[in-house]
Amino acid sequence: MSEEHRKYLKKIKTTNFLVRFFQILIITLFIILWQFAADHNLINTFIASSPKSIVNTILSLYKDGTLFHHLWITFYEVIISFLIGTVGGIIIATILWRFKFISRVIDPYLTILNSLPKVSLGPIIIIIAGASTNSIIIMALFISVIITIINVHQAFSSTDENKIRLLKSFKAKPYQIFFKLILPSNYQNLISTCKVNIGLVFIGVIMGEFLVSKAGVGYLIMYGSQVFNLNLVMTGIILLAIMASLMYYLITFIEKKLAK
Amino acid sequence: MDILKVKNLKKIYHTKDSEILAVENFSLNLKQGEFVAIVGPSGCGKSTILGILCGLDKPSSGTIEIDKNLKFGYMLQGDNLFDWRNIYKNCLLGLELENKLTKENINYVNKLLDTYGLKDFKKAYPNNLSGGMRQRVSLIRTLATKPDILFLDEPFSALDYQTRLAVSDDVYKIIKKEKKSAIMVTHDLSEAISMADRVIVLSTRPSKIKNIYEIKLTNKSTPIQNRKAKEFAYYYDKIWKDIDHHV
Repeated sequence: MSEEHRKYLKKIKTTNFLVRFFQILIITLFIILWQFAADHNLINTFIASSPKSIVNTILSLYKDGTLFHHLWITFYEVIISFLIGTVGGIIIATILWRFKFISRVIDPYLTILNSLPKVSLGPIIIIIAGASTNSIIIMALFISVIITIINVHQAFSSTDENKIRLLKSFKAKPYQIFFKLILPSNYQNLISTCKVNIGLVFIGVIMGEFLVSKAGVGYLIMYGSQVFNLNLVMTGIILLAIMASLMYYLITFIEKKLAK
Repeated sequence: MDILKVKNLKKIYHTKDSEILAVENFSLNLKQGEFVAIVGPSGCGKSTILGILCGLDKPSSGTIEIDKNLKFGYMLQGDNLFDWRNIYKNCLLGLELENKLTKENINYVNKLLDTYGLKDFKKAYPNNLSGGMRQRVSLIRTLATKPDILFLDEPFSALDYQTRLAVSDDVYKIIKKEKKSAIMVTHDLSEAISMADRVIVLSTRPSKIKNIYEIKLTNKSTPIQNRKAKEFAYYYDKIWKDIDHHV
């Protein structure tokens, strides 16, 4: 290894280290400042809470055994609606790709459903599906499935025409074109759809929990705000942030596994 | 013996505003082992003809007579290799689609890869190959299903000039060695003259046959050698004049 190459590698390492360092520095400083401001009455702790009281709230939730119950409920709702939304969306997009006529017929309806604020469907969903987890899942589904259909269909339809012609010249049947070409060539698109969907499903689930729920992180936040326990609200937000980023990393992890 | 007889082919494209007569009165007979090149101004409907011959598009009228036992192989513009498959898997694509992954066919593919300099690249992915190698892979993918007639649609247009010369030499040798008949569409006159036994010159749209040249070169051998033949310039000049050039 030449001296120059050694320097080059070292520079990359140093930069990586510095990036990581500042990332940790920012969050640490933020927490310290927050706690400092709370301790010296620079901020109203009743509204802004403080890191210590958040930790205490988490601990007390843990002690009375409800912490993991709430986390699990939200996690369960997210996973179920994510799976149904993504798989269902891809299946519907496939049907639209295969039958252009259907796609043209339902195109305006998709556009309307996509631009409609899905929260407005909340009351109807609750009346039809009942005040239960089902409503929350349906809510989250609505939010993720429409955009999945639109995005995936768009991606499927813009597959290289020449490659489709090539397969047709080998007398390929539509299902062969789908599995040999459409699906693998859109792998990256599908992964990014998954990443977007996790975020959307979280929005749907928390919104659903705000409207109707007996448990879950969204319920904690709603309940906290109703009894003016802002510690609980902050705790809920922090728990959500942790969950959402863990989910995101989970998908990135699966993506890397699949790429091998 | 003619293995393919095309008679009075006509193709009309329909759009909302109008209909466009793309090809008219195109006839062609192909002999066993013959290499025919079709040249013409760009946009004249050369590719349309190939699309119809392989059955991907329907002609508006005209007949195509072909022995039912004969198989086509279609090589499109660009190599169209699948990035997510390695070279070996790319070559097996056609066989997979036709459910013919027999031991015999797989051995044949392996033999082709070995013979044509891709032995060490079977596990490599298309991104790691040069343009010329990719083109060879694309040809092997086509040959894997053992077609009797090859349709080449500007197969080298994506390559830079030097690679193009080398690859057309390669591909020509492979086609001759495997004893295939071929119809090639190109806009490169020298490529057509150096490779083909017969050159068909098409007019601007609607494409009609303007002229047909039997290419007779002294000491005819490989395309690169053929370019040095003394008749080469004569044919080039003739065909150049046949094609109306409006810049």
